[in-house]
Amino acid sequence: MHSTPYVANKPRNTETRDELRARIPGWGADLDPADRPSYPREKLAPFHTGAHWDFPEQQPGAENREHSIEHDIVPPVFGTSVPLKGVSGAIRRHAYASYSEGRAAHWLLLILGDRVDAWESHLRSFASARPDNPVTETGVLAEKSAHGVASRFGVKRSDINHQWLDPLIVGGPWVAAGGVAFAITRKLVRRGR
Amino acid sequence: MRAMVYRGPYKVRVEEKDIPAIEHPNDAIIRVTRAAICGSDLHLYHGMMPDTRVGTTFGHEFIGVVEKVGGSVQTLSPGDRVMVPFNVYCGSCYFCARGLYSNCHNVNPNATAVGGIYGYSHTCGGYDGGQAEYVRVPFADVGPSLIPDWLEDEDALLMTDALATGYFGAQLGDIVEGDTVVVFGAGPVGLYAAKSAWLMGAGRVIVIDQLEYRLEKARTFAHAETYNYNEYDDIVVEMKKATDYLGADVVIDAVGAEADGNFLQQVTGTKLKLQGGSPIALNWAIDSVRKGGTVSVVGAYGPIFSAVKFGDAVNKGLTLRMNQCPVKRQWPRLLEHIRNGYLKPNDIVTHRIPLEHIAEGYHIFSAKLDNCIKPLIVPNAS
Ligand SMILES: NC(=O)c1ccc[n+]([C@@H]2O[C@H](COP(=O)([O-])OP(=O)(O)OC[C@H]3O[C@@H](n4cnc5c(N)ncnc54)[C@H](O)[C@@H]3O)[C@@H](O)[C@H]2O)c1
Ligand SMILES: [Zn+2]
Ligand SMILES: [Zn+2]
Repeated sequence: MHSTPYVANKPRNTETRDELRARIPGWGADLDPADRPSYPREKLAPFHTGAHWDFPEQQPGAENREHSIEHDIVPPVFGTSVPLKGVSGAIRRHAYASYSEGRAAHWLLLILGDRVDAWESHLRSFASARPDNPVTETGVLAEKSAHGVASRFGVKRSDINHQWLDPLIVGGPWVAAGGVAFAITRKLVRRGR
Repeated sequence: MRAMVYRGPYKVRVEEKDIPAIEHPNDAIIRVTRAAICGSDLHLYHGMMPDTRVGTTFGHEFIGVVEKVGGSVQTLSPGDRVMVPFNVYCGSCYFCARGLYSNCHNVNPNATAVGGIYGYSHTCGGYDGGQAEYVRVPFADVGPSLIPDWLEDEDALLMTDALATGYFGAQLGDIVEGDTVVVFGAGPVGLYAAKSAWLMGAGRVIVIDQLEYRLEKARTFAHAETYNYNEYDDIVVEMKKATDYLGADVVIDAVGAEADGNFLQQVTGTKLKLQGGSPIALNWAIDSVRKGGTVSVVGAYGPIFSAVKFGDAVNKGLTLRMNQCPVKRQWPRLLEHIRNGYLKPNDIVTHRIPLEHIAEGYHIFSAKLDNCIKPLIVPNAS
């Protein structure tokens, strides 16, 4: 006795409509694929989106806004959170100005910009009234109140085998920066002797 | 105002920021009453989304009260209780006019390959998000809706992303009556997708994850059969066995870029950021679905290439469907389903965290501690 897929249509062992309706509230309420909210994917006429313009008014500040070179214009509305600044800003501006979204260089530069941004920001924070504090900012204090040990062990989770990398990713640059600072200081001290 | 602020990978804190201003005549400023942390925020938190700037406020799931409106706003007034879709969109461009709200062309200078999303990096437009006391909401006449009186705050909040996305994910599967539907991921999105698959007439719903407490929720909340992939040598073979070696008719990837289950993919994808994400769940989906079947992808991936088994998808004749969810398109139907008692969104909420403790909230949700499924954020001003 062969089963589907080796033969065309052996009935599958699923529950009947009535059984499913009895067990699952709302079963089949959206049975008709043509009567689902995202069907068809694109449709023109019936949408009343609330827009009362053909093209939105322009938000001020577009002149210097970094943008993808796949855009013909800076779109009329955009976010204004954290404008480009510092070395990371220069890297990011270069990524936007030089490479389309189709190029790996575009994204790799943006990722480099992110790493540089984090380092710049940590350094800047040390000169501020509120230096970065990896203990409070990583939320690790929750390990105790949120049962860090019991949540992880004896529960068949496999993400434990790489979670140990997280503190290295967070702490690595700090340790490295400390090491570099130590080496430079030692050199200076020696030279000063 | 108090606002969550990103300080670099795995680090966030609460800072004092200026209350956002009206920057465009159709803007509104919303005082946030409830926000949430989404699985998508974890990709930002882990530093995986290109152009995530230190100082940005995250948060694309929020509801609140209208504080102020710009000169051209017609439909909202101060004092209105509103829910806001996670998409920033204009309502009038080529894509919005066709219902592709998540693919709007008028709101994101930084990229053409994605629309606008609140608090979701500059790659998604550079907007600050709602894990704060106040947030700027562009196109106030387009995105936000009044919250119906009968709808509870937490249920309204979940409509702004997780619920709408799960429901949309099931729709992308083009489920027909009797289909066997497999859902990878038992997070909020996967749980809602599994639950929605039944509404569309699925004959069997199977949910796969590695977190037992979430699989338990998949059984009780979503009435699903469950598999912990860590208990099996090869979850793909297991899915073949579970379907008489046919494969599932529809598979939904509700995991996205940080999928686990393969150390090398995990480390290259999510720790070293050498891929646009670790496509383990997507590859399992491609291999578990039957030939001619449909894979629905609502899990999020970064814009860099990732090692997807595309050849199998071609050779199996699969239909791959995917998008960021056009949230507001789902709302009328979802409201009906909630009203009829078919869906109770806040059944999956596990944590309600004061904004001031958001760093702990991120850590708990990210490391999956304390049986966390969906953490909500309660701003001080609410
Ligand atoms: N398309 C959209 O519009 C949209 C909207 C919201 C969220 N998302 C995306 O959906 C995904 C899920 O979001 P969420 O809030 O449910 O996140 P979540 O982190 O709470 O859930 C992800 C789940 O996947 C599980 N998982 C990890 N690897 C797996 C594997 N190989 N197989 C099966 N399960 C695995 C995890 O244990 C976890 O339970 C994220 O990628 C998020 O970015 C997309
Ligand atoms: Zn989200
Ligand atoms: Zn648009």
